[in-house]
Amino acid sequence: MTLRLFIPRDAAAVSVGADEVATAIGAAAARQNVAVEIVRTGSRGLLWLEPMIEVATPAGRVAYGPVEPGDAEGLLAAVRGDGAHKLRQGLSQGLTEEIPWLKRQTRLTFARCGIVDPRSAADYRAHGGGKGLERALALGPAAVIEDVLQSGLRGRGGAGFPTGIKWRTVAQTPPQQKYIVCNADEGDSGTFADRMIMEGDPFVLIEGMAIAGIAVGATKGYIYIRSEYPHAVAAMEAAIAAARADGLIGPQVGGSTYAFDLEVRVGAGAYVCGEETSLLDSLEGKRGQVRAKPPLPAHHGLFGRPTVINNVLSFASVPIIVDRGAAFYRDFGMGRSRGTMPIQLAGAAKYGGLYETAFGITLGELVDDVGGGTWTGRPVRAVQVGGPLGAYFPRALFDTPFDYEAFAARDGLIGHGGIVVFDDTVDMAKQARFAMEFCSIESCGKCTPCRIGSPRGVETIDRIIHDENRAANIAVLEDLCNTMKFGSLCALGGFTPYPVMSALTHFPEDFGARPRLQAAE
Amino acid sequence: MHQDRYNPNQAPWDPQIAQARIREFAHREGALLPMLHALQAEFGYIDQAAEPLIADALNITRAEVHGVVTFYHDFRHQPAGRHVLKLCRAEACQAAGGDPLAQQAEARLGIAMGTTAADGSVTLEPVYCLGLCATAPSAMLDGRVVGRLDEKRLDALLTEAQQ
Repeated sequence: MTLRLFIPRDAAAVSVGADEVATAIGAAAARQNVAVEIVRTGSRGLLWLEPMIEVATPAGRVAYGPVEPGDAEGLLAAVRGDGAHKLRQGLSQGLTEEIPWLKRQTRLTFARCGIVDPRSAADYRAHGGGKGLERALALGPAAVIEDVLQSGLRGRGGAGFPTGIKWRTVAQTPPQQKYIVCNADEGDSGTFADRMIMEGDPFVLIEGMAIAGIAVGATKGYIYIRSEYPHAVAAMEAAIAAARADGLIGPQVGGSTYAFDLEVRVGAGAYVCGEETSLLDSLEGKRGQVRAKPPLPAHHGLFGRPTVINNVLSFASVPIIVDRGAAFYRDFGMGRSRGTMPIQLAGAAKYGGLYETAFGITLGELVDDVGGGTWTGRPVRAVQVGGPLGAYFPRALFDTPFDYEAFAARDGLIGHGGIVVFDDTVDMAKQARFAMEFCSIESCGKCTPCRIGSPRGVETIDRIIHDENRAANIAVLEDLCNTMKFGSLCALGGFTPYPVMSALTHFPEDFGARPRLQAAE
Repeated sequence: MHQDRYNPNQAPWDPQIAQARIREFAHREGALLPMLHALQAEFGYIDQAAEPLIADALNITRAEVHGVVTFYHDFRHQPAGRHVLKLCRAEACQAAGGDPLAQQAEARLGIAMGTTAADGSVTLEPVYCLGLCATAPSAMLDGRVVGRLDEKRLDALLTEAQQ
């Protein structure tokens, strides 16, 4: 009997040896004369267990991890039932679906990630893929937009703008060439959900974009992927070719009269291109500089045409919303944050990975219970939520629920859902300096507060660190942050004050000052 | 082509090959970035002599082409070393101990971040996030991703890069 094994081809798994493990298992199988079928999947998102391989059994898939190439011989022997092999006890995690870290999640967007073969449209359909598109074709454009609107889905890229409103605005423009653009320029440190979807379940993104195309009357879509993601680029290109052959996209989408086709475009190492208008300029072949809004991309987007531009996770959430209906999705979450959020635990988190759950879970539950504190064994001192433009939160704010409004109320943002955990060796003044430095490296240069403000910010923080006129320079820094926040054209300059000010407010001792800011409140 | 932008057999600059690559892409919507990626894959960098050829093909000014080439961090203005080692310097990798590793790399190679070794063996570059933030610190050597870097693993990577 052929043994079926699942080994991730996700870049994170590959970075810790998944390819070598796959090769070693193939070789071990040949030596042991065992017939094996190795399916290269995406990652289940339990990244601390990578390389995590799964074995098909009658009871379900059984997980082993972290596996090293040297474990291959023993692991094969163990799964064939050769007694109480040490690997069975040491590496076996039991049935994958029963691993508590996975079982506690609500996987809607990531339902198939790590399970299916990301190169196979047939496998996608065998696991329920394509149903959203079928229902979209049956419902028609207006009802699809209503579903997306009613689901409460908000842009998962970070801004949290209601996706349905973007779609409706584009749908209401007169018929002409319109575009669907996917923002896969996932540049925020601590985030990798877009990458995991593209590498693990690329067809769900393709299906979501095809549904958007039908809904607003667009026939062409672009997926703009950052160049730092070569594995995602390869996965999307392979999946697009497979989707064309399958009929998921092409001249007759799902056998209908709608046409929709997709193309991957690769960025060139500019963080600011994650800002939607910069991304559009970059796609047009220009410098990735921010555009002033209005006009909105929905009216004047790519090449001046009406354009829906959404994040990977927003599009990838659409098929299940259209398939199961708006109410199904809306029932998850809290307040105005509906549905689920794929949260990414990173940095020093002991159990780092992809944790999809309904909005409303607290930051403390995520960091301490799910993340398990740090792998360094030292206490968690700060977490940065929402990427390089997100605020640093101290333990005192760990009761904040994961919700757009709740984070905003505490001068933070959930952004794209990344949480970077820092232990107590972190120097918060250094982190604040880095935020300004990163902004100055990545500024597109179009607006002055960002272009000039960020290098001045670095210099000012340096003076504070070196104890030159500390009180006066802290006042300068606060003033500068205020100017950047309200005077910048986009979130790069506008949000860089979040990490800077949160570090200064919550960790004044690292700036050599008495905690005067907290005292003043 | 994208997944392996480092090519040990990169051709020396040749305007005729460049012209052929430019023509391949000229008809596409928003052709400039794909065109520049193709040229860099071919030659390892964007030769200044390519700029007027591109400008001509796309009917834009040479200044516009130059503006784009210099805007993006990816496009090189001269060839890189035989190997390119990118170390992630973003927050998640900082939280996982990336700073001392960057210092280790600079010290062992005797070069600063963003420069190439005098013998042309390796170019050391910062990268701001490879999306491997839960298996940090991470690096990319000639397009190959490496996670859970520690002193020892980095040392092995550096040895490989110095070949």
